[in-house]
Amino acid sequence: MSTATAVAEPAAPSAAPPENPMSFVEEINHLLYASKGNPINTCIQCGTCSATCPVASGGFMDNSPRRIIALIRAGFKEQVLKANTFWYCASCYQCTVRCPRNIDIAELMYGLKRYTVWKTEHQEGLIGPVFSETFVKMILRTGRSYEPVLAPTYMFTYGLPEMIQEATMGTALMLKGRLPLLPARIKRLDNFKRMIKHIIPLGDKE
Amino acid sequence: MKSYAYFPGCSLEKMAHSYHISALETSRALGVELRELEDWNCCGATAYFHVDELLAYTLCARNLAMAEQQKLPMVAPCSGCYKNMYFTREHLRHDADLAEHINAALAEDNLSFSGESKVHHLIEVFVHDVGLAQVKASVKNPLKGLRVAPYYGCQILRPRKQAKENVEQPTFFEDLVAACGAEPVPYPLRLTCCGGALIITNREAALSMVRNLLESAIQARAAVIVTACPLCQVNLECYQKQVNKEFGTDYKMPVMYFTQLMGLALGIPPKRLGIGSELVAVMPAIREAQEAAPALAAK
Repeated sequence: MSTATAVAEPAAPSAAPPENPMSFVEEINHLLYASKGNPINTCIQCGTCSATCPVASGGFMDNSPRRIIALIRAGFKEQVLKANTFWYCASCYQCTVRCPRNIDIAELMYGLKRYTVWKTEHQEGLIGPVFSETFVKMILRTGRSYEPVLAPTYMFTYGLPEMIQEATMGTALMLKGRLPLLPARIKRLDNFKRMIKHIIPLGDKE
Repeated sequence: MKSYAYFPGCSLEKMAHSYHISALETSRALGVELRELEDWNCCGATAYFHVDELLAYTLCARNLAMAEQQKLPMVAPCSGCYKNMYFTREHLRHDADLAEHINAALAEDNLSFSGESKVHHLIEVFVHDVGLAQVKASVKNPLKGLRVAPYYGCQILRPRKQAKENVEQPTFFEDLVAACGAEPVPYPLRLTCCGGALIITNREAALSMVRNLLESAIQARAAVIVTACPLCQVNLECYQKQVNKEFGTDYKMPVMYFTQLMGLALGIPPKRLGIGSELVAVMPAIREAQEAAPALAAK
């Protein structure tokens, strides 16, 4: 296992922070609707989140969670939105339960994902945003998940060896009866779609 | 008989069908009735929450409202479904504005959320509601000598559901394994994430996390890993070949659901527990342990 010291810490961002750095941190503080905000301002930069994160400590994030919080507080908006950190968060909530300041760091990562989806300002080349949007559209059509719809969102990013591995595994699972051949859908789909229209506009086109 | 509104979740329809049928079999054997929600919809996994928070709560609330109609507490076998449903209920109960907004949408499907139905993970039902004493008393085929690595994963425990919940040193999974007559083995990564949906969105990271977990269980000389979540099962079992390719390892670790382990201990035939649909066969490890068990007892 790698340790916390393995977390990559890139050089300080070169762009100057905007004139009013508070506005970005305020915005991020209030990203969570249901839990009424997140006390990012109280972060003491102890690094427990980064040390505890299995993705950051594996060296896979370009900015550790601790660093993302520091960048938010310093107003480095562009650097934050372009980081891969939140899209590489697996939602394991280990940081959340260990934060000594009770910052819900995993929910902050969710908030940042939504923020970048709305503003379409996420890092290019990530599978996460495309996968999530495809998943949501699929659920809105049928009410249920159906794996084959999702495959094109990531298969095209794979090299040939990975493609072959996926196909081999898919065949093995198919032979064991573990892959669905037809999509499932809920029964009261019309009601379901009307329900969703109360929350988000769907447009008339299917 | 204890009854629950059962929310199987999309994975249990097909990929984790063995979890579904073993959940029903073990529940029946222990006097628990699982009444499947009639027209349940996907809980949203992590994806809804990446796109729109309000929509995510609405979709979970629809399921909760249907459980309330049945006047039953809800039980989910998938850790992700459980977490989504649990916190949707919490947020809606504590935020009248949010509940009102979502109820206006639910009215389109003639439903309404009040917060009556509590949300449980299936493992909690066996550990707390049925109780380990009854599980132990119902065991017909104690799995003596079987070294089991209980894998908690993330979302059963985290985020914290109650203020005093022990999220760092839980023991309920080990206790359940022991109640089945098997031997729970301690290993350091039992609470560490399997990578979850990163297996799709960041394959490199997820495969490395899966490898660390498998290695941790193997170091502890576990014969089998037992999970309580369909995504953990798929990552740990189905991706072993990819892990072996990536890291030059030779893992062949069987990964089964806790309901399958319980079912075997309760004397239910393996086929009725969906055993046989795994990519790394489970039964050789079980038989090996059972054959070695008399020798162990004689020592």
